[in-house]
Amino acid sequence: MTQPERSASAAGEARVVALVSSGRHPVSGRAGRAREDARAVEMGLALAGASLHLAHAGDAEDAALPEYLGMFHGLEGAGGPGELSLLPMAAGDDAVPLLANWLEAYGANLVLTGQRAECGEGSGLLPYLLAERLGWAVATGVAAIEHYAGDRVTVLQALPQGQRRRLEVRLPCLLCVDGVAPMPRQSAFGPSRRGRVEAVANVTAEPDTLQAAWQWQPARARPKRLKVVKSTNARDRFKAAAAKSSASGGQVLTDLSPEEAAEKLIDYLRRERILTAPSGE
Amino acid sequence: MSVRRLDPHAERARRNRLHPRHLEFARPAWRWTSADGVTRINPHALGAIGPNGIKRIDRSGASVEAAAGGTQASAEPSRRQVTIDTPTAYVAVVPELPEGRLSDHDRDLLGLARQLAEARGGAETGVAVVAVTFQAEVAGLEEAGADRRIDLSSQVDADSYAPEARLAALAAVETALAPAHWIFADDFPGGGDLGRRLAARLALAGDAAARAARAATRVWQFADGQTLSRAGDRQDIQRDVARVLLALPECAEPVSDTRHAATLLDLDASAGDASAAPGVIDRGRVAVDPQQIPLAQAPFILSAGRGVSDWEGYHHAAKVLGASEGASRVAVDDGYMPRARQVGATGTFVSASCYVAVGISGAVQHLQGITKCQRVVAINSDPSCDMVKRADFAIIGDGDAVLAAVCSQLGQPQPQPESGDSRHEEVRHDAA
Repeated sequence: MTQPERSASAAGEARVVALVSSGRHPVSGRAGRAREDARAVEMGLALAGASLHLAHAGDAEDAALPEYLGMFHGLEGAGGPGELSLLPMAAGDDAVPLLANWLEAYGANLVLTGQRAECGEGSGLLPYLLAERLGWAVATGVAAIEHYAGDRVTVLQALPQGQRRRLEVRLPCLLCVDGVAPMPRQSAFGPSRRGRVEAVANVTAEPDTLQAAWQWQPARARPKRLKVVKSTNARDRFKAAAAKSSASGGQVLTDLSPEEAAEKLIDYLRRERILTAPSGE
Repeated sequence: MSVRRLDPHAERARRNRLHPRHLEFARPAWRWTSADGVTRINPHALGAIGPNGIKRIDRSGASVEAAAGGTQASAEPSRRQVTIDTPTAYVAVVPELPEGRLSDHDRDLLGLARQLAEARGGAETGVAVVAVTFQAEVAGLEEAGADRRIDLSSQVDADSYAPEARLAALAAVETALAPAHWIFADDFPGGGDLGRRLAARLALAGDAAARAARAATRVWQFADGQTLSRAGDRQDIQRDVARVLLALPECAEPVSDTRHAATLLDLDASAGDASAAPGVIDRGRVAVDPQQIPLAQAPFILSAGRGVSDWEGYHHAAKVLGASEGASRVAVDDGYMPRARQVGATGTFVSASCYVAVGISGAVQHLQGITKCQRVVAINSDPSCDMVKRADFAIIGDGDAVLAAVCSQLGQPQPQPESGDSRHEEVRHDAA
């Protein structure tokens, strides 16, 4: 990945923060880094180097925290150990006011995080609630940071089908990193031991009262949708059930010279808007 | 038990076909109840002569002659018209409208909105489903189940990404109608982004509304007045229906038996005074190298198989068309394409919007890999192969020649000296 450009003044005063959460391996269920959060940390390390600051609201004993701190290696210049601010709270507490107050007090300029947590509610609402509370801009689906200078950051947003869109976001802002961002570096043991976890004092978490009314249950497999033919006629229902799924009605062109065939093919692709119509050339 | 009484004279006349009064008593029915109370069926009296002169028995009751006569009964059952004159409450749906059309996901969202409206009393009490679109002309909202529609295309540019302007427009709708529920599609960066922004705006708006405004994300079922939404770490959350719902595909059955009015609602509120400086500015699409897109996501794939012999020409054609390269298993096994480019059950399952198969006959495993493609184009010399049957558009001919002609017609013919080298290289490759 190419290093994002940034001006020297911005790098000096840059207060880049990555919000990290504890993750679960999708198959084994083992605790560790969250995949999107790890990509956010990687993006922050590429942008700010060792001056990246991590923040986590939750349990100090979380097994994921050393893994994030272990990513502070291979950095240009004097890479110091990673630092993580811990906002102590229980699992059922509301993280939004804690993080909002801390971000404001810390003076963060650019906040990177994953789109959705892998544990707990996992709603992906937290960046939006933080941005609304702080009055910051928020952009989602960030695949890369192109340019970071002054009061603006230029990012690439991931769209469906592998497409990208360039966005200019006003600072301070929150960026939600997508799963197509560059792969995170491995977590190393030494840096994870050297990294510092500082519990923020004078923080009182309040329980999330909204969650109390919810019922949690193990995820059920979603039922497969059946193709139900609504007809009053048994004949139609039988026909629909017994029909072979063969795509018929396709247009077949035979006995064409290659030039004619190419013309037909280009016409078809232009009609379906796969190829752009000839404009200037 | 009542004794079954028969007229012996009539029975005799019915059995004896030579009896002068036989036709008078002959039973036209093919099913009757015998003297013992057993249901009897005469197969010879059953059915009708079909169009080919063969007797057909249709147990569904539909007569064969009617079907053969060309007046085929429409498979689509007639829909019941539902109109609401004065709505008392609203359920708002913001469909995604990819390519300006209602997608299957959008129909599911409108189906979910109908279920929520029914739960609140339905059309009798005046609960209307309103579709909020950022595009002017959207077809099919009537059948999809929208009673009203709101067109915000005058306030927001549909093509560019302006989440804050869209949010301001939705906030104006919120103050005008105060819908009971907002339903979005939970996918990034479309409805999932906009719905979360609206949920955050509503959650911080006031104390009373804030309590219920926490959005339910990844909703996949509505049952018994509660929604199920997928949480992290393999958990589901069952909760009361939230104010803002972000729903997954197949969250509900689409509307199939009613037709709705989809009348245009005019809102006076203008959202021009949103915010002077937007925080997020769209700088347009970025050109992406099609070969760098992961094959599973690529929108346009040019795939080659055994029928391709001019590989240089094929690579050139992919570059000219701007397509990602794919291959069948044979082409990969023969060493012409890397394994990562293989399409099919043993390779990558692709979801292209257009898939062009050159010289691929269409093995079952390959066809399994392209089931999610919207349009399939086949170029093959064999008109009877499975790929031609699957294709929406098929050209019977030599793939190499057609690709070369396509390149020259697009103004970028393949440079000639390459071809001799490539053939030489192929021979060496086979030997190795």
